Amino acid sequence: MARENKRRASGRRSPLAAVVLIGVGLLMTGGIYAGASAAVASTDTSTTKTALTVDDGKKLFQANCATCHGMDLQGTANGPSLFGVGELSVEFQVATGRMPLAMQGPQAPQKPVQFTEDQIRAMAAYVQSVSPGPTYPDQQTLDGKGDVATGAEIFRTNCAMCHNVAGAGGALTEGKYAPALDKTSALHMYAAMVTGPQNMPVFSDLNLNLEQKRDIISYLLYLQQHESAGGFALGSLGPVAEGLFIWIFGIGSLIGVTVWITAKSN
Amino acid sequence: MAHEEDPLEHERASWKPSPGLAVAVPDPVQNAALPPHRERETDTDPAAMTRAVRTVYTLFYLSVAASIWAVAAYMIFPIENGEITSIRHNNLFIGLGIALALLAIGIGAIHWSKAIMSDKEFIEPRHATRGRDSTREASYKAFAEANEESGFGRRVMIRNSLFAALVASIIPGITLFRGLAPHDSAADPHAGDPVYLLNHTMWKKGSRLAHDPSGVPIKASDVTLGSAFHVIPEDLAKLDHGQGYLEEKAKAIVLLMRLPVDELHPAPGREDWGFDGIVAYSKVCTHVGCPVALYEQQTHHLLCPCHQSQFDVSHNARVIFGPAARPLPQLPIEVDSEGYIVAKSDFHEPVGPSFWERH
Repeated sequence: MARENKRRASGRRSPLAAVVLIGVGLLMTGGIYAGASAAVASTDTSTTKTALTVDDGKKLFQANCATCHGMDLQGTANGPSLFGVGELSVEFQVATGRMPLAMQGPQAPQKPVQFTEDQIRAMAAYVQSVSPGPTYPDQQTLDGKGDVATGAEIFRTNCAMCHNVAGAGGALTEGKYAPALDKTSALHMYAAMVTGPQNMPVFSDLNLNLEQKRDIISYLLYLQQHESAGGFALGSLGPVAEGLFIWIFGIGSLIGVTVWITAKSN
Repeated sequence: MAHEEDPLEHERASWKPSPGLAVAVPDPVQNAALPPHRERETDTDPAAMTRAVRTVYTLFYLSVAASIWAVAAYMIFPIENGEITSIRHNNLFIGLGIALALLAIGIGAIHWSKAIMSDKEFIEPRHATRGRDSTREASYKAFAEANEESGFGRRVMIRNSLFAALVASIIPGITLFRGLAPHDSAADPHAGDPVYLLNHTMWKKGSRLAHDPSGVPIKASDVTLGSAFHVIPEDLAKLDHGQGYLEEKAKAIVLLMRLPVDELHPAPGREDWGFDGIVAYSKVCTHVGCPVALYEQQTHHLLCPCHQSQFDVSHNARVIFGPAARPLPQLPIEVDSEGYIVAKSDFHEPVGPSFWERH
């Protein structure tokens, strides 16, 4: 108690006070963030299991999509025509939450999915029936058992310039971006290559054949399932993230040490 | 603190400004007094001193423990059968041990000097720039003696042969740099000529456009609307690394795209450089040569990832943003009798960034 008073009198805090204060602040921020993201994640759509027909798909399309894409898929001023897009395009756009679009913008962002799997399949079947295009692949293409090394080489040549060599995504022009592929399902990787959603070029089977697509998917699934070999990946963003990290934490700690060395002892 | 003794008093008496000083001032700082000495906690409180001593030797013993840990980690986490995780654990735990060992020594030493060692302030005056006359004479004498004893000035043969050896030792460097200059011969009239090499690529009339890196040629019918193909000359895939594969590839890489024909606006004279909406442009940025391949199939913009130059493919790859000075060079293409896409000629201008002799 006497020492406590002496500290008070000399106006000196414990040297650990600042560390404890920063720790408390970080824990609180982290806790609030974790709570908030858990709350967002738990809002899941309930699924109802019913077999839906092409007719149901048509109704769903007319109710949810026709405002922009037209009653006959012909397109309007607000949305492109869907001639020739096929069922896989519907699967990709709707099952990743990109469609229905919340508002016009440089790029359709991923959102919580608005429909059940059955509803999406029904809409896809309807669009395929009036406007045939790329179709669902067989499971073998998606099984992730292709040649990972070949897939990596094809990915580096054809995809990495936009999606980043580790599939971390990257910026494009005027607010557009290539999304990260760390949570993309094999089906949606395939669908993106075949349909070329938004500004992504189309990689038809004449450009990358089925075997090559299977290799690419295997490579991306491998990246998703294995931890990074090099330790902290820092978002796999390469020199920018790593440089920023070493700039802030490396130089920051050097400055801290320098200040400590030259400071007078109490 | 008493500073009555000035160790340099005798120098100060004979001090003269050296000729190199622009402004001669008799004594720039008059009596730079020290702030009053402040006692540290360890000076006044014996308990604090005991604590500091304990901290320092604990740190040093911690360093010993960490060094031992590093040796133990070498045995506990061996690198087995090339598993990535075992290499990682091995590096991580050995590294942590060594880092902690060295860091604890450093922190302990600094803490020792700051908290425990005497911290009495004292002044160490700078000595005059010019040496004393006696010192200068002594050094002249030392040189003269060295010259006399070594015979450097007298034994001309040895001295000159040393000069010759020193000059000759630079010659290999000159020879090596000479290798960078043009070294043409009758067989290879353009070897090493940078102007020629930067002006020409592997593309020539009839070279098939092929997939990078497999070298499988591309048919015009393969290129569907909205696709982008990464292309090399078919012959390039047959080259070995020893035959200049990378040098040739760095210049010859091409991006092949198919746009709706009505969205293409070819420049006059270039109307027939594409085929049914298929166009081919050099992938080497005209700014500093990064590969430009971020193609947006709806806006037909090409983005260079290095410095954000943007090129509009629908208008002859003109620059619409960023530091690039020129449009990307276009490779004129046509379709041969078998339906494969072939080059009509080499690029009509040098690909890539500017260089001195580029016209």
